[in-house]
Amino acid sequence: MHELSIAQSLLDIIVDESKNHRLGHVNLVRLRVGELAAVVSESLRFCFDLVSRDTVASGAIIEIETVAVTARCDKCDFSFEIKDRVFECPRCAEPVFEMVGGRELYVMSIEGETGEEDGADKGAGGS
Amino acid sequence: MAQIKVPVVRNILQANDRLASENRNRFDEAGIFVVNLMSSPGAGKTSLLEKTIDALAARMGIAVIEGDLQSSCDAERIQKKGVQAVQINTDGGCHLDGNMIQIALDSLDLSQVDLLIIENVGNLVCPAEFNLGEHEKITMLSVAEGDDKPIKYPLIFQICSVLLVNKIDLLPYTDCDVAKIRQTSKQLNPAGKVFEISCRTGEGFGPWLSWIEEKVGEHRKIRAGAAVPPQADSH
Repeated sequence: MHELSIAQSLLDIIVDESKNHRLGHVNLVRLRVGELAAVVSESLRFCFDLVSRDTVASGAIIEIETVAVTARCDKCDFSFEIKDRVFECPRCAEPVFEMVGGRELYVMSIEGETGEEDGADKGAGGS
Repeated sequence: MAQIKVPVVRNILQANDRLASENRNRFDEAGIFVVNLMSSPGAGKTSLLEKTIDALAARMGIAVIEGDLQSSCDAERIQKKGVQAVQINTDGGCHLDGNMIQIALDSLDLSQVDLLIIENVGNLVCPAEFNLGEHEKITMLSVAEGDDKPIKYPLIFQICSVLLVNKIDLLPYTDCDVAKIRQTSKQLNPAGKVFEISCRTGEGFGPWLSWIEEKVGEHRKIRAGAAVPPQADSH
């Protein structure tokens, strides 16, 4: 259920960026989510549909790119993908402590229509 | 009107992370060691607090922030021990976040505190994603829950500094294999420590209490000015 908090934070970012870039409507949002992030995609989409109603991102499609869990070995500097959740270097069999990827929760881009037809004079202030 | 693509690249949890980092600054200024205690409901978090307070309250100032969906039962249990306790009710929310902690901190007198334990909402999934500003995350698993939990809920076992395996007095009555818990959690988290304990009998508490005392000592030195917290150069 924390997907609701995440959806709200995502919407806050989208509203902020759409103001910055004068988007009248956002119809596509691309996310990058690590495999180890505790986020269920379908739940996030469902929650986003709820929180984005009557906003600039109402009806937007959420595209999610999943990022594999990767790590780097302290001993031999080898970077590799973690398989079966074993944090051990496949080259030198040392335990690895540094996770490089796999916990991402990023907005990568938003796409939408510019709001020019509303008249640029409408919200000149910007904040 | 034209369709345009705007590159953003922003961490969705940045608002929470900012609040957590403000909390961390407050903790470091006060020289307090702060842990975020996470587990499923009923694993024994509040019992751990009671036993830990009994053992350490004479030697250090302890405060507790209790997170629950509803009720103040846990805060009342802790207040009976004579330490400061604040209850956060999330009203159905499944985790604590940086903002809730910031509000709760206003109810605590931090000048009296060496150790602050934040008891998160009982849940093995959601609390793992939200930093509160703590120095260390502690995950607790009771043997009655089964030895497959690190495989099923990897994140919370991957990010913790200490895994407490509780209710070992119940081992004869379960099929739980503690060696398997140790093995799978070590694969996920090679740097993590594992302490086997029983909050009911007090078995195994020595290493846990020593770890807490050592950490509290390190943070007291920061308060005394003998050492500088690593992130102190930012302001």
